[in-house]
Amino acid sequence: MSSPIQLQPDETFVLNVGPQHPATHGVLRVKMEMNGEYIVDAETVIGYIHRMHEKMGENKTYPQYLMNLSRMDYLGALGYSHGHVLVVEKAAGIEVPERAEYIRAIMVELNRVASHLFWFGAFVMDLGGFSPLMYALQDREYILDMLEAVTGSRLTYCYFRFGGLYNDIDDDFIDAARRFIPRMRKSLIKYDKLVTGNIIFRKRLEGNALLSKETCRKYGASSAVARGSGINFDVRKNEPYSVYPDFDFDVPVYHEGDSLARYMVRMEEMEQSLRIIEQGLDKLPDGPIMPKKKPKLIKPPAGDYYQAVETARGSFGVRLVSDGTKTPYRLKLRSPTYSNMHLFDESCRGMMIMDALAFMGSLDLVIPEIDR
Amino acid sequence: MVTYFKDIYSGLVSLFIGMEVTFKEFFKPTVTVQYPYETLTMTERYRGHVELIENDEGKPNCIVCGLCQRACPSACITLAGVKPEGEKKKVLTKYILDFTRCSLCGSCVESCNFNALEFSKEYNLASTRREDFIFDLLQRLEDRNK
Repeated sequence: MSSPIQLQPDETFVLNVGPQHPATHGVLRVKMEMNGEYIVDAETVIGYIHRMHEKMGENKTYPQYLMNLSRMDYLGALGYSHGHVLVVEKAAGIEVPERAEYIRAIMVELNRVASHLFWFGAFVMDLGGFSPLMYALQDREYILDMLEAVTGSRLTYCYFRFGGLYNDIDDDFIDAARRFIPRMRKSLIKYDKLVTGNIIFRKRLEGNALLSKETCRKYGASSAVARGSGINFDVRKNEPYSVYPDFDFDVPVYHEGDSLARYMVRMEEMEQSLRIIEQGLDKLPDGPIMPKKKPKLIKPPAGDYYQAVETARGSFGVRLVSDGTKTPYRLKLRSPTYSNMHLFDESCRGMMIMDALAFMGSLDLVIPEIDR
Repeated sequence: MVTYFKDIYSGLVSLFIGMEVTFKEFFKPTVTVQYPYETLTMTERYRGHVELIENDEGKPNCIVCGLCQRACPSACITLAGVKPEGEKKKVLTKYILDFTRCSLCGSCVESCNFNALEFSKEYNLASTRREDFIFDLLQRLEDRNK
């Protein structure tokens, strides 16, 4: 038997993770300087699927750009469209009927649950458990079927319009959503038994990749990454938009700052989303889904507008600078995963590579959204 | 020492609880569709590529106003028409959809004021040739009526 190579403390090598599927979907490359199995330094390299979404925003008219937003984050597409339509409505002064806003909130929350379910499955699969992915995808399928019946597509929805929606929801959708909520609650208990309680899972994640509040603030992290480190910030609560002030829901916050805390925040967020959907269905008002007076050509007056929304991946902001023409002068998209990912470079130093990949999974990265 | 054994015990219990879940799932009915042998019917609102709508005489409703062409964000649509003598409306002579660029946003269908476009329910569209995705919608309409 040959003895393992003894590495000197200053002897390092470069390990190239990617540029494909490291722990996520999309093309990300991580250049890791390793000492044995320990990471000395890491550098994330992005931009492999840069598609110039911001530039396209400047060249296309407002309605033409609608479908671009759902192509940024393919798992939680509706949240991104929501941010875009809200900022344009704010700029152009378009009134949205109440029913439309309620339906938007319900749809976004359903999409958030779907996104978290996929993250849950993929994250556990990164750690070596395959069955939870299958169970999570089965539950996600119910949501996708519901959304498909209303919006017409399964992943890259183009459902929100300036002032309202593409089409109304019907009784079938409401029945399906009402049936889905108790089923999903049952599933959450199942996941709790299968994964959260599992000793191997817990031992791997407890104390893994501790992120301090300061690190999260420094990098502008949001979503479960910040909330798992004790920062109680959720755009839906702190800067309320749409009809979220009407809903009664909690923001789960954990103070441990490890990967398990981030996991727990997301699992509890699913329950909170279900609560919002339930309340939304109960309170759903009747009425039109598009405003009566809607400008034919959208030309917001010159000015600077900003709107942040809480998507499945964190706070997403759209800054719109209009010069009064039919295309924006500048459209800046603040993507949450971009900030969340850059924590990785600094925080993974000194970690073992398996722990670093578990850490990366807990950040919930969607690469097209970073590159956009 | 006691905590060490307690840990082992609670750990083992947690594994058995997990196994109970997978064991129960094992006997649940299959939910997947065996794709090539079984297919799903698409929902009513499914958005496939666009298709022309015909009137009672089997001619397209389109009057060649060009609104769909202008609404399209990716310039997928090329259309042409002529105005026959003595007629009031234009007649469509060419409607080409470049599906390689289309992102199925539905702007064309929404912009149409003459009920001339609809979404098809087609989704089996795989091909290795680029030309297969340049659809001549007028030709497809004629083929449908044959």
